[in-house]
Amino acid sequence: MPSGSALLQYAISGLTTGAVYALVALGYNLVYNATRVVNFAQGDFLSLGGLIMYSLLAAAGLPLVPALLLALAGAALAGAAVERLCLRPAKSREIMVLIFITVAASILLRGGMKHLWGKQALALPPWSHEVPLKVAGAAFTPQNLWVVGVTLLAILALSLFFGRTTVGKAMRAMAANPRAAALMGIDTRGLATLSFALAGGLGALAGVLITPITSLSYDVGLLMGLKGFAAAVLGGYGCFVGAVAGGLGLGLMESLGAGLLSSAYKDVIAFVVLLAVLFLRPQGLFGSKEGQR
Amino acid sequence: MHFRYGLAHALEDVSLTVAPGEVTSLLGMNGAGKTTLLNILSGLLKPASGQVLLDGAPAPKGAAARVRAGVVQAPEGRQVFAPLTVRENLEMGAYLRLRAGQRAAVAEDLEHMLALFPALRERLGQEAGKLSGGEQQMLAMARALMARPRYLLLDEPSLGLSPKMAAEIFKVVRGLPASGCGVLLVEQNALGALAVSSRGYILTNGRIRFSGAPADIACDPLLREAFLGPDQGAKP
Repeated sequence: MPSGSALLQYAISGLTTGAVYALVALGYNLVYNATRVVNFAQGDFLSLGGLIMYSLLAAAGLPLVPALLLALAGAALAGAAVERLCLRPAKSREIMVLIFITVAASILLRGGMKHLWGKQALALPPWSHEVPLKVAGAAFTPQNLWVVGVTLLAILALSLFFGRTTVGKAMRAMAANPRAAALMGIDTRGLATLSFALAGGLGALAGVLITPITSLSYDVGLLMGLKGFAAAVLGGYGCFVGAVAGGLGLGLMESLGAGLLSSAYKDVIAFVVLLAVLFLRPQGLFGSKEGQR
Repeated sequence: MHFRYGLAHALEDVSLTVAPGEVTSLLGMNGAGKTTLLNILSGLLKPASGQVLLDGAPAPKGAAARVRAGVVQAPEGRQVFAPLTVRENLEMGAYLRLRAGQRAAVAEDLEHMLALFPALRERLGQEAGKLSGGEQQMLAMARALMARPRYLLLDEPSLGLSPKMAAEIFKVVRGLPASGCGVLLVEQNALGALAVSSRGYILTNGRIRFSGAPADIACDPLLREAFLGPDQGAKP
């Protein structure tokens, strides 16, 4: 039986990656609710955010906060560009076609990032000092705290946006009934672009948070994007609470699975649980049957 | 508001006028092209030919521009935003005005709506999807009115409602012109609609077959039989 401190250790690292999965999953949901499109470029926003931050810190020598904000803005711009330049001009409104356009956009983004930043692994410095903190025998870095804390702030900001602001409510209205939303004068096209921009920003936030712990390269977002997608499905695709629960759940399962059984089976355990949940509840843990958010 | 419309798959050479401060009803069976016509008026669809005139000038293009110009539709089947609360639904009706910073005026109008539809008051915090059909219809109308329309387009407001609830909806419709609002009422419930209208059109197979005063439609035995008779009752 593993010790309590070991379990705590696994939980901390599980919550850290889980928080990042949750951010990525929220990005998927934002786009899906506004457009019904599954955006396979979501993971690339993560890489892009990390890479922009790296350049601004290392090459431009900017302080942390401006670099962070610019990295988020850059990825948000890339997100908006995916919608405006790749999806909107498409003649087809078929969801399948649009989804494949996002696959193409993902390949383009990855190619562009490889060209600009190269193939080698880069190191993004942690946000603050690297001295590990110890609590009840478990060690963690301040970056773990940053990841969880900033993710919580982002979730709070999003729920205020959707619950309190006119534009946020309009995005929910559009998710529920796009035609009625258009009849109210809601600019559904503009909100589709906004959803991609927000998804880009959320992806980038995940990137700047986690890459100091993992590593940074042009394709780091590929696997993270897939895990975030799995988290979104686990929680109920399109569901806000589900994305957070799905992300944290997936992160914890991976970490506990790796620690208690074997790290070789880390991904297998997580995906077996995902499959089991979907067999029993196809709409995901928190999803409703129609997939309303 | 005047409308002329030419060759298209659903409508042919349709011309109708909605006057301010009046209820105009557009009657016809299912598939006659009524909803297509409303969507053209709302700017969701572009007419193949012909035009929509608003106060004598071509109406602005696009759904948002039409709402801004005062042409607002309450669509068939209520189409309320089910997961949003009743209050949020009403706010979304005033979306463009809220975006323009008219918070105080919108709050005032929300009070007016609750006075007009008292049943909505105790439901303000509830999800719209949980309301009864009649309450959803009230909400759909109130939501459209929150945009302060000069012309309100009502698509089948009595559809699927109990006779009592339908009568209540018609009563509200009858009162709308008092504020200067022009109403285009699309209905299958012809008698209910004619009773609150000052002008009526009958649309069949994409063509206007009759236009005139409601009394003339309701009393003409041929028209009665041809258009109103078999069409009373539930939607097929």
